[in-house]
Amino acid sequence: MSTRADVIIIGGGPSGVAAAVELRRQGVARVVLLEREPHLGGATRHCSHSPFGIREFGRVYLGAAYGKRLEREAGHAGVDVRLGHSVTQIGADGEIAVSSARGVETLTARRVLLATGAREMPRSARLISGDRPLGVVTTGTLQTYVAFHGLMPFRRPLIVGSELVSLSAAFTCLTHGARPVAMIESAPEPLARAPFRWFPALVGVPFHRGADIVDIRGVQRVEEVSFRRADSGVETVACDGVLLTGRFVPESALCRQSALGVDAGSGGPAIDQDGRCANPIFFAGGNVLRAVETGGWAFREGRAVGRAIARDLAHDEGASEAVPVTFDAPLKLAVPSLLRRSAHAPAFPDFQLRFTRLAQGRLSLELDGREVWHKRGDWRPERRILVPIPPAAFHAEHVHFRFREGE
Amino acid sequence: MLHDPAPDIRETFDVAVIGAGVVGCAVARRFALAGARVAVIEKGSDLLSGASKANSAILHTGFDAPPGSLELELIKAGRSEYLDIHAGLGLSLVETGALVCAWSALEAGKLEDIAAQGRANGIAELRLVSGEEARRSMPGLSGHLVAAIEVMGEHIIDPWSAPLAYLTQAVALGASFFREAEMLAGRFDGDWTLSTRRGDLRARAVVNAAGLYGDIVDQRLGFAPEFSIRPRKGQFVVLDKAACPHVPRIVLPVPTEITKGVVVCPTAFGNVLIGPTAEEQDDRVRATVETDTLKALLARGAEIVPALAGIPVTAVYAGLRPASDSKAYRIFARPEMRAITLGGIRSTGLSAALGLAQHALSLHAGFGLPATPAPTAPGLSMPNLTETRERDWQRPDHGEIVCHCELVTRREIEAAFESPIPPGDFGGLKRRTRAGMGRCQGFYCNARLAEMTRGRLSEPLAVDGIEEPEDA
Repeated sequence: MSTRADVIIIGGGPSGVAAAVELRRQGVARVVLLEREPHLGGATRHCSHSPFGIREFGRVYLGAAYGKRLEREAGHAGVDVRLGHSVTQIGADGEIAVSSARGVETLTARRVLLATGAREMPRSARLISGDRPLGVVTTGTLQTYVAFHGLMPFRRPLIVGSELVSLSAAFTCLTHGARPVAMIESAPEPLARAPFRWFPALVGVPFHRGADIVDIRGVQRVEEVSFRRADSGVETVACDGVLLTGRFVPESALCRQSALGVDAGSGGPAIDQDGRCANPIFFAGGNVLRAVETGGWAFREGRAVGRAIARDLAHDEGASEAVPVTFDAPLKLAVPSLLRRSAHAPAFPDFQLRFTRLAQGRLSLELDGREVWHKRGDWRPERRILVPIPPAAFHAEHVHFRFREGE
Repeated sequence: MLHDPAPDIRETFDVAVIGAGVVGCAVARRFALAGARVAVIEKGSDLLSGASKANSAILHTGFDAPPGSLELELIKAGRSEYLDIHAGLGLSLVETGALVCAWSALEAGKLEDIAAQGRANGIAELRLVSGEEARRSMPGLSGHLVAAIEVMGEHIIDPWSAPLAYLTQAVALGASFFREAEMLAGRFDGDWTLSTRRGDLRARAVVNAAGLYGDIVDQRLGFAPEFSIRPRKGQFVVLDKAACPHVPRIVLPVPTEITKGVVVCPTAFGNVLIGPTAEEQDDRVRATVETDTLKALLARGAEIVPALAGIPVTAVYAGLRPASDSKAYRIFARPEMRAITLGGIRSTGLSAALGLAQHALSLHAGFGLPATPAPTAPGLSMPNLTETRERDWQRPDHGEIVCHCELVTRREIEAAFESPIPPGDFGGLKRRTRAGMGRCQGFYCNARLAEMTRGRLSEPLAVDGIEEPEDA
């Protein structure tokens, strides 16, 4: 079976649905949205206590209700939504291999949007020491246990991480009959600073920063965990699980296994200011670009990229050679990481930057060696930094973010 | 969750195989094919619960085995039988060949001896090549390569489906598989009475294939200690499937006295393995991974194949090899007691298992028991989990894809539970289907699997349902 679409969108989370709806609004006829799960909504479906929808729909939705709203929006807009469709491979010519209950088919499209989102890094990729018993899971897994199946993977977990999602994870535990034994963070300061001043104490869960797991013990399930604290040696706590929170990474396996590849900094596909990849028939938007932002952010990004794809299809201007955006350490990523010549307003008005670690110093943007923007500051790890893209950048040969630590 | 019946003392088996690792499964198959009534007694809640669950999945030629050794003979016999039977059992066989890589002049100086040993071992398809020539067959190799030996005929296989096929074939021929049935004591009074955690059973002969517990099982059978097991841990890193195009062949180092060394090789599932380490320890249970060691393995992998740097880690694991106080296999036959011990099968068990089974049967023939008529081997086709042949997700009506990273279907998971030897624990389900084995390690599918496996595994994924908080 073969289908020729104008645009195929891979991933039915906020960014994918927003792009699909926008493409239909712009008059694009055949918009196919492929979602491997049985419902739209992506990660918002199991985030049961984060409010979604305020800016895009003017009201608050919780958990699966937001996905239901996305399903209605997609339906009203005339998007060809295909649930339970897993993309197994993407080809350079826009050929998309799909597996569904019907078997395998190949779809083709003039443009393809990757909106496959992000996930947390598992225990294996974190290279954590110890036995490998049951009960070591991520926040996303915990929340799908609770939200979709009414199950719990543990009763007394140790929570690892201090991002905002870590608080959400603790809250999910506390509201579902599980009592965290402690929260630990390997960095010297919590990544989401403010709530960690008061939240753990409020709910009676000890919080240790500068603490790393050195051993997990357990034959079948987790029985105890030892962690080393910078100030007071190794501490061992009895627990029946380890809840790994945060450290989101783009779900970019399709890119990695195709000629598109991924950007070394972000781990997602490299895009230009319109969300267009190096291969100009591919676009990307949402959390696959740089891991996690809010659902609302992903929605707005998807909508903007959807608009850019519609313009691209209408004018078929062709894509100029892309100029890479480079940066100094300890910057981690820049999105977009490519720039192309263009005269119109870009889908991405700003560079999104992140640092790998806490750094104090002077950050500047240079176009062809000339500084056009700078700012001094204490740059915190994993925080979003926005730098407006100056119009001149679209015509520069060299675009570089310079960082001078200590200046 | 016990699916199978408990042992019954009123029934006398022809042979009791102690341990359902790869060796025990192969032995059970060989005896069942010879017409014996076989009991397999396993301590764990599933087969492959010990040493056999973690290895490098290579089917060796034996080119580097000790010349003239029983190990070499059994590797060759085991490999040869695998080549004969794999297609009939639906098992994969991927011929990658291997390169023994010398990274210094010193190592290169040893290649000639290794090649000579390989030829003496009867492995003809083996030749010395320059670093440049080796890189032509595998361009991903580092430019630091000095020279290499190319060994044809080295294969990678699915290390879990193969022993499962052996045991499934034995069960189809009437063998009984008793799990969570640790053998506690044995008494010989003309026949054996074996006490297990699940009850007693009688057998005319016993085969000790207890791997990491081989010496303990010999003691429990009342034998004077002939050897002692010294577990040797091996840690591994599994890289994302994006690594696979860079590693088309098995890359072996020049071995030392202690170990074959760190191998970089593709897997039949489309990943790349880096490992193992070789770490002596006393503990027979704990096989921990360690952050620093895993980092060192990643660094070593990237030295050998530079493009591996930065490719994400999919999984990490550690296994214990049942090494003994000697390099040789520790095989003992006690005809007067009708007992065979297959001990100290250190790191070549997967390759030699079928050969060990043949050897055990020939030792058993010396026990003077009446021969049994050999039945017809039942047809059998294992589900394919490897990337080299069609997978279930490529066929219609698979229900849904449950594990997105490994593309495991609901139909495959249900088939595993409905199979003659259903999974006893989550590890067993993963080994039978690959569910949860992929890059997200269950972020997307673990909860769904918790629901699908409720009441079906010895240790459930989920604790009881959600409780209202008492004091929050």
